[in-house]
Amino acid sequence: MSIIKQSFILLSSILLAITACPLLAEEAKSGYEYIKPATRAMQDDDFENPGMLSVERGQELFNEKQDGTGKACSDCHGADAREMDPKSIARYPVYDENRGGIVTLQKSINYCRNNIGSKALPTNHPDLVALETFVRNRAHGEAVNVQVDGPMAALLEKGEKIYQTRYGLIDMSCSHCHSLYPGQMIRGQKISQGQGNGFPAYRLDIGEITNLHQRIQQCLTLMRAEPFDADSEEIKLLGLYMMSRSNGLMIETPAVRY
Amino acid sequence: MSLRTGQIILLLVALVPVTGMTEDTAALPDHYCSWEVKDYAIEEPLCGLDGDALRGKEIVSDSGLGNCLACHQLPIPGIEAYGTIGPPLQGIASRFTEAQIRIRIVDTRNINPMSIMPGFYRDPRLINRPGKPYRGKTFLTAQQVEDVIAYLVTLK
Repeated sequence: MSIIKQSFILLSSILLAITACPLLAEEAKSGYEYIKPATRAMQDDDFENPGMLSVERGQELFNEKQDGTGKACSDCHGADAREMDPKSIARYPVYDENRGGIVTLQKSINYCRNNIGSKALPTNHPDLVALETFVRNRAHGEAVNVQVDGPMAALLEKGEKIYQTRYGLIDMSCSHCHSLYPGQMIRGQKISQGQGNGFPAYRLDIGEITNLHQRIQQCLTLMRAEPFDADSEEIKLLGLYMMSRSNGLMIETPAVRY
Repeated sequence: MSLRTGQIILLLVALVPVTGMTEDTAALPDHYCSWEVKDYAIEEPLCGLDGDALRGKEIVSDSGLGNCLACHQLPIPGIEAYGTIGPPLQGIASRFTEAQIRIRIVDTRNINPMSIMPGFYRDPRLINRPGKPYRGKTFLTAQQVEDVIAYLVTLK
């Protein structure tokens, strides 16, 4: 093979690598990078951030003595969860074979509530979302650190498959917007990478605190699809995969998002 | 591999979601008119209908109907924000024939299987997991699609 031919092949491979890279592995960026300056300012000011009301509500519930047993979450985890390790919180969702595989933060909170003689709350019950928001907020500034090896590897593959599948009459997959077109405008809003590090987040569009699973359900409804049930395997797999894409990003809970 | 074979394979890939369809969506509704792709275009108007350009202009800007502005720029004054996901549609009729525009509105995946653009008259049986109110339905009606096309062919 001639030198010219070799250099040509080398050059074209480099060009291909350069052009293909942004599509295949774009650097993870928080939704914070895509929201409007006024929304960022709202998030950054604890007195302006409406999500802080959920943190406070969660804190109340965390310190509250339960009827009957008189115990509270704070009995073990310290008043205001001071004994909690932010690094452990940042690993959610975690894997636990004895607890059915993927364990969300909500599921762990419910597990604890059972231990102190309180009733488990239904998934995404407002009190449970508030507790989730409060606990996640304890890890504010910590890097998301979801396990990606071991038993998680196969589950992440399943989650990615869901992320890549088209759903609903609008017939798009998560990846169509959040992997191919982040930074582009959909009407007046910039499309984000669909990262999980800010969730639970306060959503301006609906005026409510929203965890990642709820946000996925809202997105599917917008796609005119039948959303996955709150306790379905699909939403756990997709939520796990989406949070793993945020590994390394700082936890911003409660973020403010459109 | 010839270009033709490649295109056939791409079309097969586009039809993969069929395997994901549910019982509820399997029946083709009576009012759905079938259409034929030839040379990457759909020559015949859907159900043989005539389009109305004025109605089409309303449909493209209505966020509850076509909502084309969510992704495309269009030469319509008074719009605050356009999307930037799809190509701007100014001059679309200078670039494509009516039949080529039709295939792009009806079901653009016949020419680009990876496209993000919804098929506005895609076979409802191919829709994966539609919400209850949308089962067996198309995004727009055949008349609405023809109205949109009638508007777009004016954009020279």
